[in-house]
Amino acid sequence: MTRATGRKSLVLHLGVVALLFLLQFVLPEYHHLTVTRIMILAVFALGYNVLFGYTGLLSLGHAMFFACGLYAAGLTVYHLGWDVLPAFLFAVAVAGAAAAAVGMIALRTTGVAFMIVTLMFSQVVYLATLYFSRYTRGDEGLVLPARARSFELVGIHVNLADPVTRYYIALGLLAAGILVVHRLVRSGTGREWIAVRENESRTRMLGYNTFSIKLKALTVSGALSGAAGAAYALLFAYVGSTFASIQYSIDALLFTLLGGAGTVLGPVLGSFIMFYLIDIFSEYTTAYLLATGVVLILLILYFSVGILGTLRRKWLHWLP
Amino acid sequence: MDLGPFLLLASLEGLVQAAVLSLAALGLCLVFGVLRVVNVAHGEFYMLGAVIAWWISYALFSHPLSGFVAALIVAPVLVGGVALASERLVLRRIGHNPEATIVATIGMLYVIQQGVLILFGPDARSIEPPFYFRIDFPWFGYSGYKLSVILMALGLLSVLWYVISRTRLGLVMRATQLDREMAQAFGIPVDRVYGTVFAVGAMLAAVAAVLIAPIRQVHYLMGLDPLLMSFIVVIIGGLGSIRGTLFAALLIGMSDGIISMFFSPTLAKMVSTLLVALVLIFRPEGLFGRREP
Repeated sequence: MTRATGRKSLVLHLGVVALLFLLQFVLPEYHHLTVTRIMILAVFALGYNVLFGYTGLLSLGHAMFFACGLYAAGLTVYHLGWDVLPAFLFAVAVAGAAAAAVGMIALRTTGVAFMIVTLMFSQVVYLATLYFSRYTRGDEGLVLPARARSFELVGIHVNLADPVTRYYIALGLLAAGILVVHRLVRSGTGREWIAVRENESRTRMLGYNTFSIKLKALTVSGALSGAAGAAYALLFAYVGSTFASIQYSIDALLFTLLGGAGTVLGPVLGSFIMFYLIDIFSEYTTAYLLATGVVLILLILYFSVGILGTLRRKWLHWLP
Repeated sequence: MDLGPFLLLASLEGLVQAAVLSLAALGLCLVFGVLRVVNVAHGEFYMLGAVIAWWISYALFSHPLSGFVAALIVAPVLVGGVALASERLVLRRIGHNPEATIVATIGMLYVIQQGVLILFGPDARSIEPPFYFRIDFPWFGYSGYKLSVILMALGLLSVLWYVISRTRLGLVMRATQLDREMAQAFGIPVDRVYGTVFAVGAMLAAVAAVLIAPIRQVHYLMGLDPLLMSFIVVIIGGLGSIRGTLFAALLIGMSDGIISMFFSPTLAKMVSTLLVALVLIFRPEGLFGRREP
């Protein structure tokens, strides 16, 4: 990839961030909040895409990393009275460590076994949030106390109950996520990931340690997912078991597939489209998850590279 | 109750669980063995079997026994039909690619589950057992129906064993499992075998559900639990190994029953799942699986 196309793609990604920045001035209140939520979920999907889109490992359990971040942030704030910022950083570290630990075991398997094993580990996390309901209050969940709704950063008072502040924080996190992934996938590490995705045995034969390459991808992916979870807990002041359910793992997969796996912006686009699709569908029926099922089947049958994947194949060959 | 009788009761519960689990897990195992794909919608075929059983026993028959017998025949046939159709319409078109199949069957999971939600509603409903019959132990009475579930499952497993090892269909299945291309070269219609095996796998799930439905309740979300349990069993037993699946079903069913009884069902599920992690650390190919070259 030449420097010119590199600059072109950086401009595109910064442009998307700028667009999201401008979007807040025209959005009505309801959509303002929705977009805040979607941006956090998009960070989750970005993290998922590192593993699925770039390294070619299909995980069915990413909700566990989202939940790790969510609970690590929520529980330390709720029970230990931690401040918002240390809780957030701690949560990202916990999710990254959890991903590394899961990877040590799950990456011993390949192919379909990996998918099933991640699904089951995720289920253990979900069951754990129910089992330790003394601390987590299970399905009912915890509402974070008022003191955790604001914090001081270099002398600036940040109020998390304010929608505009929340929008900026979500946007900031998404921008950071996009830039980190953008940089990573164009670096040597990213090329190793793609090499594993394209042909693992050849990569191994060339002398690369594919296990540690995959472990690195899983750790980065888990940490990003955890960051999304922690931000979700702290911004919306709520943690509950539903965020650890299989549904959330599938959502990350769906967002990524729809937008285009293996493109940086694909998961972001997928999150926006799918979130609104389900939102609209749920006005008509309680069986709104039907939309998830139908979209998944149609995608895999007719549109397996997703929206940005198609664009890249036809016109924008330089898209990372 | 003393520890001894309590343990007996827990073991009986575990055996019932193991009996039903072995049927459902064998369905998943057969599909994996022959098609080399994982069917995430397996639990929904189970749920569909139970819903059809409820519908038959309430809408068509007044006597629980005749309803049960009818459900035992009709539910697997209908579920097998649904499975055959979805194999033709979806899985065949993506060429049974393992990853694409997982995504497609997740889609099928939602379509079936939400379809049942629309038609059947969100309420849990119960089915009357086909007969009431109590076996009195010195310490407690036990439902005769539950014991008969164990016997019926054993009977079905023997039939399955006979079909796989002694009939032409079984021979063709095993040939396809061993070497797909060679089987095709010998004139075996591999595509038809794939469809048949996928349907048989779904039918096994449906039969398991018909057996268990009078003990548990029928609900549109009931498919998730057997799906996860079947996954655990199939991974521990070794993907595609029938012997391993049966052994693991017994192990997991019993431990689940006993831990549920003594501690809590949630803990039991966590223990079973962590057992998978242990097995994977020491034998990544499962207890009875063959190491990939």
